[in-house]
Amino acid sequence: MANITTLHNKSTDQARRQLSEPFWVRWLLISSALLFLSLFLFVPLASVFSEALAKGVETYLAALQEADTWSAIKLTLLVAVISVPLNLFFGLAASWAIAKFEFRGKSLLITLIDLPFSVSPVISGLIYVLMFGLQGWIGPWLQDHDIKIIFAAPGIILATIFVTFPFVARELIPLMESQGCEEEEAALTLGASGLQTFFRVTFPNIKWGILYGVILCNARAMGEFGAVSVVSGHIRGMTNTVPLQVEILYNEYNYAAAFAVATLLALLALVTLVIKSWVEFRMKQQEIRS
Amino acid sequence: MKPTRKNNVLPGFGLTLGYTIFYLSIIVLIPLTALLFKTATLTWADFVATVTSPRVTASFRLTFGAAIGAAFVNAFWGTLVAWVLVRYRFPGRKLVDSLVDLPFALPTAVAGITLATVYSANGWLGKYLEPLGVKVAFTPLGIMVAMVFIGLPFVVRTVQPVLEELEPEIEEAAACLGANRWQTIARILLPAVTPAIITGFALAFARGVGEYGSIIFIAGNMPMKSEITPLLIITKLEQYDYAGATAIATVMLAISFLMLLVINLLQKWTRRYTA
Repeated sequence: MANITTLHNKSTDQARRQLSEPFWVRWLLISSALLFLSLFLFVPLASVFSEALAKGVETYLAALQEADTWSAIKLTLLVAVISVPLNLFFGLAASWAIAKFEFRGKSLLITLIDLPFSVSPVISGLIYVLMFGLQGWIGPWLQDHDIKIIFAAPGIILATIFVTFPFVARELIPLMESQGCEEEEAALTLGASGLQTFFRVTFPNIKWGILYGVILCNARAMGEFGAVSVVSGHIRGMTNTVPLQVEILYNEYNYAAAFAVATLLALLALVTLVIKSWVEFRMKQQEIRS
Repeated sequence: MKPTRKNNVLPGFGLTLGYTIFYLSIIVLIPLTALLFKTATLTWADFVATVTSPRVTASFRLTFGAAIGAAFVNAFWGTLVAWVLVRYRFPGRKLVDSLVDLPFALPTAVAGITLATVYSANGWLGKYLEPLGVKVAFTPLGIMVAMVFIGLPFVVRTVQPVLEELEPEIEEAAACLGANRWQTIARILLPAVTPAIITGFALAFARGVGEYGSIIFIAGNMPMKSEITPLLIITKLEQYDYAGATAIATVMLAISFLMLLVINLLQKWTRRYTA
């Protein structure tokens, strides 16, 4: 019996050697991959926190208590609170129509939904300036009625909605397509109403997908820079979001403060990654169970 | 419009599709049309003169050149990272795996000021590169560094699932038939992941061309030398040259659409190997 085990071990060892690389090759590949990631990801990430605390904790906390920083935080939260739910609602509607029904032009519609991801952020801002700016389509009419969109919060919100437009939809469409319609059809046959079917049958199946789309959408909405910088006008304490505040402080050579505000966004990114890994884990579990 | 499958009993098709098209139109389609209409107010001669002026063509060369260079760097290193993450076990692998998505989650302005600081002459990495004669911050090389940063997850996340789904039986069969490890990699594994690598390359390239936030802090932004196209659009806007900004934006938009088409075709090609 013991002989058989050692024999077995020997042959799997040999097989492993032929199906993998020698130890020193593996070691070399792992360390060069880690070195590359360190140069481009890990060292920069660590330096955000190191630069922010370079002049001590007191300077750090003072920078976060600036009135302009606070109004930037408030504006960023406002932008996210409006744009994320709108894109969530859209994502639910679009994925229901696309995943549960067959119709002509479906693949064109999916491509159009993905469009904002392939447009440069600067152009995403520019298109709203061209519509609502003073030289734009309805700019003069807006000025006559004293409505400000460009260089004001509405423009920032619109540009943010544009750049975060596909996040929820592109997450939910493949997920709902893979689940088919049988469960919903069964619920309807048993007398459930349309909304009951959605909330009791569809929603539990896609809740992790929704969360996944929403946190990525939120991270981008709070962190968007290019598109927002075109429409914001950079009015301190008025139309600056947190990323724009970072830019202003940095350009004023106030590095400690710039990095202090930047740590807020870096923490947001890290929290997003933690939630994302957790949701991926839960989605895998759900897949195994079904 | 009616769903083509007649026996579908699920409700809400008209409502959800109607809302989808309505929301898509007001947020995306109508504003993009505004850009095209604005360009149409230019005469053809003006349009050509704007987009072929030396400062604009210099920015195109720089932006596309740096984006191609960065995409090549990412195609190589991203594939290596994906390989290491899928095939080898080492302490901290899961942490490294989640941190690969950092460029997706970290706001570009933060990435920009951080890379500019780390790679500047007395920064953490710059102080070792400077004595070697390698200047990164405020040069075209810095632009490439920023593009490598933002493009990396695209390659890793496209190649990784393909590597994960490769059946070990294929490699076993190759080994049984007498192939050595190197032959198995070159003849079996590489052909299977090549479509994914090319798709990742295209995605990283497309992202690099449009990128603004992470680049402007490290670029130096000297006209003709280190001025990227998205920055030039903003400069024109700040000078109230709306027509000029629009003309350049239209060229970039046309290239983005072309890239989108290419990427869609590439993804179909990749799916043949994963399905």
